[in-house]
Amino acid sequence: MAIDRIFKDEASEEKGERARMASFIGAMAIADLVKTTLGPKGMDKILQSTGRGRSVTVTNDGATILKSLHIDNPAAKVLVDISKVQDDEVGDGTTSVVVLAGELLREAEKLVAAKIHPMTIISGYRMAVECARNALLQKVMDNKEDEEKFKSDLMKIAKTTLSSKILSQDKEHFAKLAVDAVLRLKGSTNLESIQIIKKPGGSLKDSFLDEGFILDKKIGIGQPKRIENAKILVANTAMDTDKVKIYGARVRVDSMSRVADIEAAEKEKMREKVQKIIAHGINCFVNRQLIYNFPEELFADAGILAIEHADFDGIERLALVTGGEIASTFDNPESVKLGHCKLIEEIMIGEDKLIHFSGVELGQACTIVLRGASHHVLDEAERSLHDALCVLSQTVNDSRVLLGGGWPEMVMAKDVDELARKTPGKKSHAIEAFSRALVAIPTIIADNAGLDSAELVAQLRAEHQKEGCTAGIDVISGSVGDMAQLGISEAFKVKHAVLLSATEAAEMILRVDEIITCAPRKRENRM
Amino acid sequence: MALAFDEFGRPFIIIKEQEQKTRLRGLDAQKANISSGKAVARILRTSLGPKGMDKMLQSPDGDVTITNDGATILEQMDVDNQIAKLMVELSRSQDYEIGDGTTGVVVLAGGLLEQAERLLERGIHPIRVAEGYEMASRIAVENLERISEKFDFGLSNIEPLVQTCMTTLSSKIVNRCKRSLAEIAVKAVLAVADLERKDVNLELIKVEGKVGGKLEDAELIYGIVVDKDMSHPQMPKKIEDAKIAILTCPFEPPKPKTKHKVDIDTVEKFQTLRVQEQKYFDDMVQKCKDVGATLVICQWGFDDEANHLLMHRNLPAVRWVGGVELELIAIATGGRIVPRFQELTPEKLGKAGLVREKSFGTTKDRMLYIEHCANSRAVTIFVRGGNKMIVEETKRSVHDALCVARNIIRNNSIVYGGGSAEISCSIAVEAAADRYPGVEQYAIRAFADALDSIPMALAENSGLQPIETLSAVKSQQIKENNFYYGIDCNDVGTNDMREQNVFETLIGKQQQILLATQVVKMILKIDDVISPTDY
Repeated sequence: MAIDRIFKDEASEEKGERARMASFIGAMAIADLVKTTLGPKGMDKILQSTGRGRSVTVTNDGATILKSLHIDNPAAKVLVDISKVQDDEVGDGTTSVVVLAGELLREAEKLVAAKIHPMTIISGYRMAVECARNALLQKVMDNKEDEEKFKSDLMKIAKTTLSSKILSQDKEHFAKLAVDAVLRLKGSTNLESIQIIKKPGGSLKDSFLDEGFILDKKIGIGQPKRIENAKILVANTAMDTDKVKIYGARVRVDSMSRVADIEAAEKEKMREKVQKIIAHGINCFVNRQLIYNFPEELFADAGILAIEHADFDGIERLALVTGGEIASTFDNPESVKLGHCKLIEEIMIGEDKLIHFSGVELGQACTIVLRGASHHVLDEAERSLHDALCVLSQTVNDSRVLLGGGWPEMVMAKDVDELARKTPGKKSHAIEAFSRALVAIPTIIADNAGLDSAELVAQLRAEHQKEGCTAGIDVISGSVGDMAQLGISEAFKVKHAVLLSATEAAEMILRVDEIITCAPRKRENRM
Repeated sequence: MALAFDEFGRPFIIIKEQEQKTRLRGLDAQKANISSGKAVARILRTSLGPKGMDKMLQSPDGDVTITNDGATILEQMDVDNQIAKLMVELSRSQDYEIGDGTTGVVVLAGGLLEQAERLLERGIHPIRVAEGYEMASRIAVENLERISEKFDFGLSNIEPLVQTCMTTLSSKIVNRCKRSLAEIAVKAVLAVADLERKDVNLELIKVEGKVGGKLEDAELIYGIVVDKDMSHPQMPKKIEDAKIAILTCPFEPPKPKTKHKVDIDTVEKFQTLRVQEQKYFDDMVQKCKDVGATLVICQWGFDDEANHLLMHRNLPAVRWVGGVELELIAIATGGRIVPRFQELTPEKLGKAGLVREKSFGTTKDRMLYIEHCANSRAVTIFVRGGNKMIVEETKRSVHDALCVARNIIRNNSIVYGGGSAEISCSIAVEAAADRYPGVEQYAIRAFADALDSIPMALAENSGLQPIETLSAVKSQQIKENNFYYGIDCNDVGTNDMREQNVFETLIGKQQQILLATQVVKMILKIDDVISPTDY
């Protein structure tokens, strides 16, 4: 008697060839989806959300595209995940990592069709990765010693990263912005202290880096609009109705006059609190929570600038730049560290009024104000800038640099090819396949730029047979060019992460010979 | 069917609503059970051994797990069939008891069931089959004892332990860096092991993972890693010679458990309450400060005001630390968990040489390292990997390796892997079978055949000719009277498992045979399956 089912209803099982095919196809579909966004001539995608408002995003950032997709194929999910991790870890190369993993699987599929066992392919891939990594390590350039050169390296990396994004028109300008901002961090990778403010209007060129700090808030009415030598108290405290926090407390009175008494007491309490705050000898008070009219009025009377409802990040950044501490109690004015800055004033960007803190003590934080024609442009510009900032901040820590434009891939492919020739056994097919997958990246870059990829890549390969070659694909002129002269560089850390995570993911998918899908959890239809 | 008549000849119903239930009896029931057991075993069969493949599992919520750990596959598999559930339980109990060999045990049970089916067809009573299996399993376990070897290792000589862990790891996706992971696992186990009592408390080893980086970045930390950061962004990120107060009470106004109301009806009361409240916060922080704590770790949250007071008094604090982590921190730092501020005393503080916050990647991802603790008996293995699934799988693999290392410390006997132990048992059982009179003889012989299913699966997965390879190895074992010939899965060129350094723990293997036999016996004894039909 055969049993018909072991699994619960709707759970399905795919085995062997079918499972492998399902995962190959899923993974390749994802890779093909983002493939066209690769390189300086890559195209953008429009994403429309299914949520209310059908909001639209225009982007060419791989991680953003993949994040917003609803995917059912488990193998495809693996690729989405590596792209996400790449975004979190180094910030750039989110498209490349998916494309490389997709190409590796595409090559693997051919090998599997030629009856080579997946485990053999994996061990071949592993040898190839090791070899490719060594090839990169040998060719890497490090200019940490020479500050001038290092800065120009950073510029080049920023320009290369930005050239594939919407900012490519003004990449000089933005590269400079990004490099300046990152150098102010002095080695920390905490991008929190770089604030990006988006204001529609003007053109992308009008974007600027501000050395001070800009808070997107208004100054209370009747309070000074300009303060020199400001002493700032940054606080996180309730300035609405200061509740009694003891649990279960409630007000129960028996007559109207009592209510009035308590109200007066409450008011008195608030007044005392404000007095205490004023006793700190400050002339600017920034609170994370709301400030009600009454305390605001008191502050105005004392000639103190009070800013309410600055969000968490704003408060933290402000505390960071001004060197003050975030206070919640005000009983010991002598020991609270106040923040300082030279000048606080209200400025106008476009139509909006913002508060500008300049001449701050610690120069770590800074603000980049982005201007642009529409929200979509601004959002995309922010993402692009974020990529550039991430890459730069990682490069500051790990200053090794490679050339760009398909150069690293060709260097790796060459060494991997040599390894394939030396390796006996079936593994050599897998190693060869690995090198083909690597070459696919410059091919795609050329294809996306509308160039004759077969011709160009062949030329490039020939160039790379020479010792110390610096040739890569020059998309602008549509030929093979000298990457060192063109100033196209990439961070070693990005390439390294791309190589490793792509192979890890491909390996993982290759090892699978069975997919078991549980029945999806039932959800009520809310629509 | 199940109709009975009372003394007046009236039928009464034994099973409620019996028309709506499907029922299988006798041989049919046994066969159906066997075939569902086999179906489960078949799923896992391809995952066995260093060349085993992985399974991709998609949960009802769409999360993807990729693994080749038998217990994990079965657990996530959404199984409906009762017998299949038994197999899932089987693998789980191997996981709890031994931690490794969860795939092998199911494959073995599958083999036993397959053999039993043939015997049943010949008309042998299932109970006799079960008894024969029982006898055979005893022979096999004794044989394992005989061929096992004692392992000498010490704190200075961890090589044998590392080798054994490497055998476990070689079947997982992490086999690229099995050497380093095996070393980490062994060092971690030795750090917490009580060699006198031969016991290891695996709870003291925490395996933490974070996506990003690469597998090679995995590290062993003699201390605790907590996925939390300081409660106030401006607290110091590094504390040396920390004295840690470990609290389970929140820095918040008191909440008596009894239901109560505090009525405010006069201005005085309002003011006293206010003063009281302020004093309360002040007292809490002061108490921590008074006992000399330089770091507060709290299970609960902080009120904004308390948070600032802590910051103000220069007392760094961590909030929302989970209960398990809190315990580990207490063990590692030698501190006591304090449930009330009043009970804080200097003796109850934990001590750590260094506490630091470390950030990862480009997002706001921070973790707290507590190192150089007073009592180094709690360690953390910190795993990195290219994506979520890799990290999860690595964590599972490290867990297996830890279990194996623990088993060796408990009992330092090992057997050789690569199927060699199974082949040797199969030979021993086969030889013993002839001495048993009666029907059991057949069952014992069948058991020997079932044991062969493991090396057979190994050979199959490695792309070797299963029957040819197995018979060659078997004859080699008999000819040379050597029990360390196994299947050469990695194509190294030798069958000698001793040369290849492939070891498994004795108790792991014994447990596999015993558990598999038990479950098979249970399945064989079922002769009636009553199940409600679909509603």
